Formats: sequence, structure tokens, C-alpha cells
Amino acid sequence: MQHHHLSRRHLLKWSGVGASLVVAGSVLPNFGISAALAADLGEGDKGVLNYAYALEQLEAAFYTQVIDSPYSGITEDETAILTDIRDHEIAHRDFLEEALAEGAIPALEVDFSAVDFTSRESVLTTARTFEDLGVGAYNGAGKLIESPDYLLAAGRIVSVEARHAAAIRDLLQMNSVAFAGPDVIDENGLDVALEPSAVLMAADPFITTDVTANALV
Amino acid sequence: MNNQNQDTILGGLDPELVERIDAGKRDLFFGNARKFAMLASVPLATALGASQAFGQSLPQDVKDVLNFALTLEHIEDYFYRSGLETEGLIPHEYLDIFRHIGLHEAQHVALLESVLGADAVARPNIDATAGGQYADVLTNFDTYLTLSQTFEDLGVAAYKGQAANLIDNDDLLQTALQIHSVEARHAAIVRKIGGKKSWDGAYDEPMTKQEVLAAAQPFLA
Repeated sequence: MQHHHLSRRHLLKWSGVGASLVVAGSVLPNFGISAALAADLGEGDKGVLNYAYALEQLEAAFYTQVIDSPYSGITEDETAILTDIRDHEIAHRDFLEEALAEGAIPALEVDFSAVDFTSRESVLTTARTFEDLGVGAYNGAGKLIESPDYLLAAGRIVSVEARHAAAIRDLLQMNSVAFAGPDVIDENGLDVALEPSAVLMAADPFITTDVTANALV
Repeated sequence: MNNQNQDTILGGLDPELVERIDAGKRDLFFGNARKFAMLASVPLATALGASQAFGQSLPQDVKDVLNFALTLEHIEDYFYRSGLETEGLIPHEYLDIFRHIGLHEAQHVALLESVLGADAVARPNIDATAGGQYADVLTNFDTYLTLSQTFEDLGVAAYKGQAANLIDNDDLLQTALQIHSVEARHAAIVRKIGGKKSWDGAYDEPMTKQEVLAAAQPFLA
């Protein structure tokens, strides 16, 4: 029940991605964004790009705050790594915004109240969550993309997210196998691939923007 | 399927690994999915479940992509096996990392062979010194590290360049993407061990098959 409730909320929240609420709700009522994407016929790639754009917005906002208010004891190496990552996420965000042009969803409001930005552990574990989530999101979304150009664009981004994930994981567990640990790489040597509904559920606590049904219909 | 590996220079895949991968088919519904409570690997289950007859039913251009990938994985697999078998080459503090990378490459080889079935290319003869150009590859860790980074970054660029050729096959596209990001994780850690940044910038660029083969050719004996 809980799951269904959350999904419905996502559906309402995300149905503004170029799709009408009525269509999205009637076709696939059980899976939030994927329903919106599936309903967004003819504009499927725009839906996927907006999905990526939302995640990049989240990441860019997070690392901006990390650099603006560094955790105590941050090292020069860590600052350099996290600054690079911030710049990458901002570049990804802006690239997607430009690609979407007038089709882009609005800037999202984020909620990082669960993160203690003074704590290395809190910041880096959140970063790990976002990077692994980004990798899983792009890996799972590739098959939803119709245009080879957009598929390549996503490919140019996702491997950089994977590099981030490895670097953050190495900061948390230096010189261990954690950079590609068994919690993310399976017995076939494959990384995580996630459906949009799972990604958005994981990202939901960090996103406050309510794109309500009333505002859309 | 495993018999064809018996005569290769490396004596074939570890039977235990093959067994684990078979067992992995049953575990596909759990593995990574646990973390996000999702059935993350269903497409692969589909691909593997059909693997016996799968190779023959694939379009030739898809087989070509997979065999191209398999060739690169063979090179990587050989490279890490050789390094790990050479006592004293890899510093103790990095042994676990290189064992882990090597394990993934072996898993990729096994997976691609499983998907291609009888159409899988044989393991090529590989020369890690590239005809003597890197003569100290197995005695000088710096050289070994340089080549490791080369192969990993090359793998990332190669998979990326081929993704569009798999756009009509959702299962294989996703599987290729799932390998692609693992190679990127490898590249990141190997670069860090070498004292470099884990990335070149905000984007990773693709390479064409011709570009990749030109780079890999010296290592094919």
C-alpha cells in the first residue's frame, strides 16, 4: 500500500513532463515516472532527458552546497575531487537544460535537511548514494531512449558518473574493492541498472518541489 | 560451451566462476535489487535465459558488436591474469583491487561468451608487451599501471561508441551499459593509484571500432 501510495504521488508530481495527467494515470497507474514516460508517446526522449535533468539538478545542488560549506577536516585532495564533481554535475545539468530547451521541467527545489554538511561521513555517504543512483538511472534509462544521439549523450555522462562513484567510494574506503563493490556490481560483473520508478523513490526525500496535478491539468 | 576454452593459452575459464554465473541466473532477482527494492536485472535474466539459442538468432551486426567487446574483454582478462600471476609486480596494498578488476573482466568474458554461444570469437593470442614496446610491463608497476589505464579508458570509449548499434535490442543495450560503467569505475581507481585524476572532464568521449582496434592491435600477437 505504501509503495502504491508513493507511486501515485510521483505520478502526480512528475506528470508534468509533457504528458497529460489523464493519459498517464489511465495507462499505467502503478509506476510513477515510467507511467508518465510511457504515456509521453512521441516525446519519449524528452521525458528521459527531463528525468536525467532532474537528477543532475539534484547532484549539482548537492555538490554546490558541499563546496560552499566544506565539512570539517576536508583535505586538499578531497576539495579538488569534490570541486571537479560539482563542476561536472553543473555542466551535465546545463547541457540537459539546453538540450530540452522549452521542454525542460522547472528548476527543482531540493531538501538536504537529512545531510549533515559539517560531517565528512554524512556528505560522502550521500554523495555515494547520488552517484550510484545516477549510474543506475542512466544504465536503466538507456533502453528508453530512441535517438542514437541522445543515447550517446547519456553515455558520455554516465561513465563520468561511474568515475565519480568510484572516487567517492574510494574516499570512504581507501584502497579497497569498494570502488566497484559487490553491493553495486553483481556476479556477472554488471553495474546497477534501475527503472525510473525506483530511482525517483530513492531521490524523493531530497526533492521538495511539488509539481501538483492542479497546476498541470 | 566451456570446452572451447580448454585449449586457449590461459587454460580456460575457472569452472567455479562459470558455476557462480550459472547460480547468478537464479540470483538475478535479488543482487543489486535488494538495495532499492527493485527487480533491477530482469532484462539480463531474459538475455541469459535465452542464451542457448540466442547467439544464432542475433543479427550479424549485433554479433559483431558483441564479439568486438569480447575481444577487448579477452585482452583485459589476459592482462590482469598475467599481472596477478607475476609475483612482486603489483604492490601488496593494491592486490585486492587488481584481483577485483580481473574478476570483473573474467565475468564479462564469460557473460559475452554465454550470450554469443557458438558464435563467440575464440580468445585471441595476446602480447601484453605490444611487440616489445612495453617490454617491462610485467616487471615495472608504472608501466603496468599505464597499460591498465589505457585498457580501461579504451573499454569505456569502445562500449560507448557501440551503444547506438544495440539500440534495437533493449536487453543487450542495458547489459552493455552495465559493463560500460564498471569499466569506468575500474578506470577511475586505476587512475587514482597512478596519482592522476579519475576523469578527464565532465564527459567521456566515444571511440569508433576502427579507432579502438587500431589502439588494441599491437597487443594482439
